[in-house]
Amino acid sequence: MTQIGIVREQDDETRVAATPQTVGALRKIGYDVAVEAGAGVASAYLDDAYAAAGARVVTAVEAWASPILLKVNAPTDAEISRIADGATLIAQLSPNLRPELRQALATRGITALALDAVPRISRAQSMDVLSSMSNISGYRAVVEAANEFGRFFTGQVAAAGKVPPAKVLVAGAGVAGLAAIGAASSLGAIVRATDPRPEVADQVKSIGGTYLDVIVPDEQKEVSSDGYAKATSEAYDRRAAELYSEQAADVDIIITTALIPGRAAPRLITAADVASMKPGSVIVDMAAAQGGNVEGSVGGQRVVTDNGVIILGYTDLAGRLPTQASQLYGTNLVNLLKLMTPGKDGQLVLDFEDVVQRAVTVVRDGEETWPPPPVQVSAAPGPSTSSGTGSSSLAEPVEAKKPLSAGAKVALIAAGIAALFLVNAVAPAPLPQHFTVLMLSVVVGFYVIGKVSHALHTPLMSVTNAISGIIVVGAIVQIATPNIVVQILSALAVLVASVNIFGGFAVTRRMLNMFSKGAGK
Amino acid sequence: MSTIDASTGSAIAASVAGAAYIVAALLFIMSLAGLSRHESSRAGVTYGMVGMAIALVATIWVTFQGAWGQPQAVVGLVLLLVAMLVGAVIGLWRARSVEMTGMPELIALLHSFVGLAAVLVGWNGHLYAPGLTGALADVHHAEVFIGIFIGGVTFTGSIVAFLKLSGRISSKPLMLPGKNLLNVGAIVVFIALTVWYVITPSLALLIVVTTLSLALGWHLVASIGGGDMPVVVSMLNSYSGWAAAAAGFLLNNDLLIVTGALVGSSGAYLSYIMCKAMNRSFISVIAGGFGIAAPSSDDVDHGEHREIDAASVADMLSGASSVVITPGYGMAVAQAQYPVAELTQKLRDRGVDVKFGIHPVAGRLPGHMNVLLAEAKVPYDIVLEMDEINDDLSSTAVVLVIGANDTVNPAAAEDPSSPIAGMPVLRVWEAENVIVFKRSMASGYAGVQNPLFFRDNAQMLFGDAKERVDDILRAL
Repeated sequence: MTQIGIVREQDDETRVAATPQTVGALRKIGYDVAVEAGAGVASAYLDDAYAAAGARVVTAVEAWASPILLKVNAPTDAEISRIADGATLIAQLSPNLRPELRQALATRGITALALDAVPRISRAQSMDVLSSMSNISGYRAVVEAANEFGRFFTGQVAAAGKVPPAKVLVAGAGVAGLAAIGAASSLGAIVRATDPRPEVADQVKSIGGTYLDVIVPDEQKEVSSDGYAKATSEAYDRRAAELYSEQAADVDIIITTALIPGRAAPRLITAADVASMKPGSVIVDMAAAQGGNVEGSVGGQRVVTDNGVIILGYTDLAGRLPTQASQLYGTNLVNLLKLMTPGKDGQLVLDFEDVVQRAVTVVRDGEETWPPPPVQVSAAPGPSTSSGTGSSSLAEPVEAKKPLSAGAKVALIAAGIAALFLVNAVAPAPLPQHFTVLMLSVVVGFYVIGKVSHALHTPLMSVTNAISGIIVVGAIVQIATPNIVVQILSALAVLVASVNIFGGFAVTRRMLNMFSKGAGK
Repeated sequence: MSTIDASTGSAIAASVAGAAYIVAALLFIMSLAGLSRHESSRAGVTYGMVGMAIALVATIWVTFQGAWGQPQAVVGLVLLLVAMLVGAVIGLWRARSVEMTGMPELIALLHSFVGLAAVLVGWNGHLYAPGLTGALADVHHAEVFIGIFIGGVTFTGSIVAFLKLSGRISSKPLMLPGKNLLNVGAIVVFIALTVWYVITPSLALLIVVTTLSLALGWHLVASIGGGDMPVVVSMLNSYSGWAAAAAGFLLNNDLLIVTGALVGSSGAYLSYIMCKAMNRSFISVIAGGFGIAAPSSDDVDHGEHREIDAASVADMLSGASSVVITPGYGMAVAQAQYPVAELTQKLRDRGVDVKFGIHPVAGRLPGHMNVLLAEAKVPYDIVLEMDEINDDLSSTAVVLVIGANDTVNPAAAEDPSSPIAGMPVLRVWEAENVIVFKRSMASGYAGVQNPLFFRDNAQMLFGDAKERVDDILRAL
């Protein structure tokens, strides 16, 4: 049994890499879990709870000595030296932004996996820590804004007067943006959202927001191929800037979530925009750590402008919901470890053939393996109307069924009537009369059956079954003929038709008796 | 109207019987009309039973009143009563003991009986010719042949449908080379034989045509796969009606014609509804099964599905405001309707709005799901049709897909190259969450992979549907 170590994070981090619940899941796939004493206190997970879930609560030294180490944040230099030789470290490492960290890890001869480098493919969704943390952050951004905002979010007509609903603008409808839209609209605010990716419009609408399209003449907006927004064109930026200026003057709350991987955050809201906002308005800049979407925001700080607009640049929004964040982070880790423990026997196997495992590996056995080959997202919708399967290029479209043209229909009907006419004109005495009866019955049948409700189709079949046992009449007529063979055959026919009549009616009654209407509802 | 035997039948008896037949025919029409609504459905069945009783009494009376005093009459009466008694006992016993999941088999089997009876009546028509001459004799001969042919096809077709539905033979379509040619050829040969028989009636030809029709019925249904059974069963229902109508022509009996036509058009209409629900033409159902041209898009990477466990589903359900359950044949196979009904009850007690969405071709019989749910005491007013519920699905919190696959496949609506493109489906993927109960990741009847399983809002709950629903009940 390999030991997994859960260590205490640095002081400013409230999250922890495992919760009692995820400890149980880790033990199920064969691992032994050692939790440093007090590791989960800031997330409201006490040592006793870990012990009850089957973990051993140990000292810091013992936890750091584990062959597998789970962390939330990247280790500091001092912490790197505490990692055991040949150990595997899994944490959020931001490998693109921190080459010095990659080197420092490589010199220690360990294996380092960056949970924040999970590719955005459907299969890896359950380990996508960026998504799970963004989701929490988006929610928390709304809560922070509501905390600062001096009014209701929802509109009310109270005895003391009418309260208009707050207007919220969410810039960027990624995971965080969508979470913010959902949270704000469920508080009752009017929510608008912008995003350069036109395909998110439906998602915005589905959780209660209004999508503001940036309309740029003569430009084809690109559908994202990797699930993230791309840098935008100049014409687009100009029109978008106008849109933000218009909106800033109108709305009460702005939440910006725009991030482009590997680059500084785009500047969306200028100082002039901020100045045009009403006093008491709140801006939450979720990109403050990457330079900020809003001019004047400061990472980790609350800033109040001269005209009384509050700009929040908190960078630890997910950590402000530590219990929830630790739970989701821990689950992401469990899912990655499940993938890497194919035998469920506590043996970690790093498989470079698997795109997810390859993508997260920053350092393998002291050898830097960054960057991984690019992974294309399979789940992105195709550019045209075809579905998410992208199969349109592989299969020939099924030939559309050609409905009969009006002329052909008329010709067919005419032919039918002519045939009927001929038969009746030529046929001897009783036949035309029988045809009349047949035709009328068919018409009556279609009209009567057309009204039968779908739910009663099975009883309909069994009752028509019973009725078609009327053929017994034919057999009865024949049973009295002076020919014993005919009589026996008729008796046989009577027998089977009787099964039909009695069985059919009885089973129909039984079925109909089962149908009952909901009492009182 | 009923010319039993012109020389012996008394005029009064015939006219009384004729009046009785008109009353019976009207009652049958009222019976079918009664089934248009749940409220009147039970009265409808009673009309049908009264109509049948009147028809039987009138026929028996007029037949034996005419033949009384002749030696064959006593034998005939005894045979009649014994046969009817045995038939009634068998019929009532089956009706009482059949499982609702076994309804498709029972109905298919009952169809075969009508087919068999029609064949026998046709044979009798040959063995005991009523002494007609000239054109009438020719017509009579043609009627014998047509009656036997339709009856024979219905008989073996229904037998095969019964065997397939009850799992006694594989429900895979039988693929003989040139099968469409075989079907068309059989009909051409039948027409030729009819002409021949009209010119020179002989027992040998009768045997040939009987064999031919039996073989055609067998082949016709054997080459249709299990999922098309709703169409096949209603088609056979229609055939059994036409067989009765043909017997009516043969025996100059208007009651048989009226009733046969009613049943025939009823079955045809049901087939039409089923075909429309699969966006296929009737010919294409008969001419070839699904899944032949299907595997074109199988190698596409749909991404990965996500699994969920019963406890999480229970959590999700208890927190949901609205739940829609869309059952399919899988629910019938797993006998999951009882736990599903219990789940529905529990959720409704907690104030969750639970509804059912039924696709017209769900199951193996038109309306099959409705009967199963009714059996499990699910109130019918929360069991809705596809068209009634489709627009509500986008505002539904959780959809449970239990044993359905093709009927909830988004490819039908979104992928024009899919073999099931254009088929109306339940748009479950518009709901906030979709839980799919499934035994494995295998594709459905149409052989088409279902992109629903890989959607971001869909999660899979693997295993036997009944056990999983039981697990959820325990977790609740």
